[in-house]
Amino acid sequence: MILPGLALILIYSYVPFFGLTMAFQKFLPARPFFSNPWVGFEHFRYVWDMPNSLRVLWNTLYIASLKIVVGQLVPIAVALMLNELRKEWLKRGVQTLIYLPHFLSWIILGGILIDILSPSQGIVNQLLGVFGLEPIYFLGDNRWFPFTLVLSDVWKEFGFNTIVYLAALTGINPSLYEAAVIDGASRWKQTLNITLPGILPIVVLLATLSLGNVLNAGFDQVFNLYSPSVYESGDIIDTLVYRVGLEQAQYSVATAIGLFKSIVSCVMISLSYFLAYRLANYRIF
Amino acid sequence: MIRMSMGYRAFNAFNILFLIALSFACLLPMIHILALSFSGSSEAGAGLVKLWPVGFTTSSYEFILKKPAFLTSIGVTLQRVALGTVVSMFITLLVAYPLSKEAHAFRMRTVYAWVFVFTILFNGGLIPWYMTIKWTGIMDTIWALVLPSAVPVFNIILLLNFFRGLPKELEESASIDGAGHWTTLWRIYAPLSMPAIATITLFTIVNHWNSWFDGLILMKSHDNYPLSTYLQTILVGMDLTSVTGEALNDLREVSDRTAKAAQIFVGALPIMIVYPFLQRYFVKGIVMGSVKG
Repeated sequence: MILPGLALILIYSYVPFFGLTMAFQKFLPARPFFSNPWVGFEHFRYVWDMPNSLRVLWNTLYIASLKIVVGQLVPIAVALMLNELRKEWLKRGVQTLIYLPHFLSWIILGGILIDILSPSQGIVNQLLGVFGLEPIYFLGDNRWFPFTLVLSDVWKEFGFNTIVYLAALTGINPSLYEAAVIDGASRWKQTLNITLPGILPIVVLLATLSLGNVLNAGFDQVFNLYSPSVYESGDIIDTLVYRVGLEQAQYSVATAIGLFKSIVSCVMISLSYFLAYRLANYRIF
Repeated sequence: MIRMSMGYRAFNAFNILFLIALSFACLLPMIHILALSFSGSSEAGAGLVKLWPVGFTTSSYEFILKKPAFLTSIGVTLQRVALGTVVSMFITLLVAYPLSKEAHAFRMRTVYAWVFVFTILFNGGLIPWYMTIKWTGIMDTIWALVLPSAVPVFNIILLLNFFRGLPKELEESASIDGAGHWTTLWRIYAPLSMPAIATITLFTIVNHWNSWFDGLILMKSHDNYPLSTYLQTILVGMDLTSVTGEALNDLREVSDRTAKAAQIFVGALPIMIVYPFLQRYFVKGIVMGSVKG
């Protein structure tokens, strides 16, 4: 019963492991894996000597960490605010709208962002113009590009985590609030002393699990929004692998960079699962 | 609420306004694009369009519906969604069922489970993955969009956890009545897991609709591009030749900008149509997956 799935995963997930040997070989087309001459760590040294490699690593860490931090804080704040709404229909309406962008792809959202952020015609810069501000080239200016990435990513994804936190909020025992009201606690005190401690385990859990993403700055998003003029601030490991490997056909070099990322990610994901298990008794299966 | 202090009321009013503004921030870009797609090209170019079409015309839609590349890409997408969802759901059920058994009923369970879970932890990276697909000889066929992503490990874990929540007595009584594993899966587990299966099916459909990268690198011929990949090349890619060339031949009513807006909207429309259903199962799905007790 398990065979078809097992066969497919062996072919498409495990056979590529053998392909990783390319990182240590001189790649010659049309020869099977293993049969190429070995070159040791030459490709890694080449990557290390590339002028932009440290820049790319820094960009990746910087963008990914900002996304993780802001992407955790905003949903907590929004979930707490939603929790204060007394009108059920309003609560549901807001929820419905804020996680619509989660389901749209970065192609659609990229197309929208390129249009509305355009310095000449975009509606965002028109709006800034009303306030007398100079047009900002959000997608072409190295000072703005990382923040545009983080902000648009949070915009796309905050609805998703808000729902998770809201689910956690409904799990808090209502009698705690009743007791607090009798003791004369204000809403703010209730939030501080009941709600926040109540969702703390989920916050810890999601924060721990997001550790595995420190090298995932979001290929889909960056690839669809960047351009050569913002490589300096926006080029990340995944886009570098794509350009080096598939555009310049330096397969071995791209594999070496990819291997570096896979190993670091593997360590981080394993660590995050281990911590999540220790801290929150969380197991994926 | 017994007492409502002034401060609390002020907060409440601010809270409601802020959350409404936030919701509109998620919706307005979409409305702006919709308005653009129904506007005349000169009005769009002059920046007159805000949230309502100016110089209303449907010519952008008429224009894109006559583009052969756009239409074939929709055909490819429908094909991959149908084929991909069926194959992937079939495999999800087939793998989740044995893995949901206890280790004493299925001895190799833990080993197999790790074989699947390990692929979440470590992957070979882009280039070896690409070479492997090339080696299996499915490049440039619809199977390239279906098979490499046909084993969704996260969905399998989701369904496996759901299977474990079903009462064991059902399976026992079925087996006493002479049902084998195959019958138990299809006649007992699958019908009882419909909420979970519906959630996962919707996720799979949306994923297939949205996937673009596999189409971009695994399809050589542009005629085989699915819609998302096609949109990628015209909206954000560097491939400017085909768009401007076609747009120039057309009447002045359609500009590159309004045509792009129309295509963005068509690309997003199916997601918005299934969205109410997605949303209904969504909370269940997340709670099932991430906040499991």
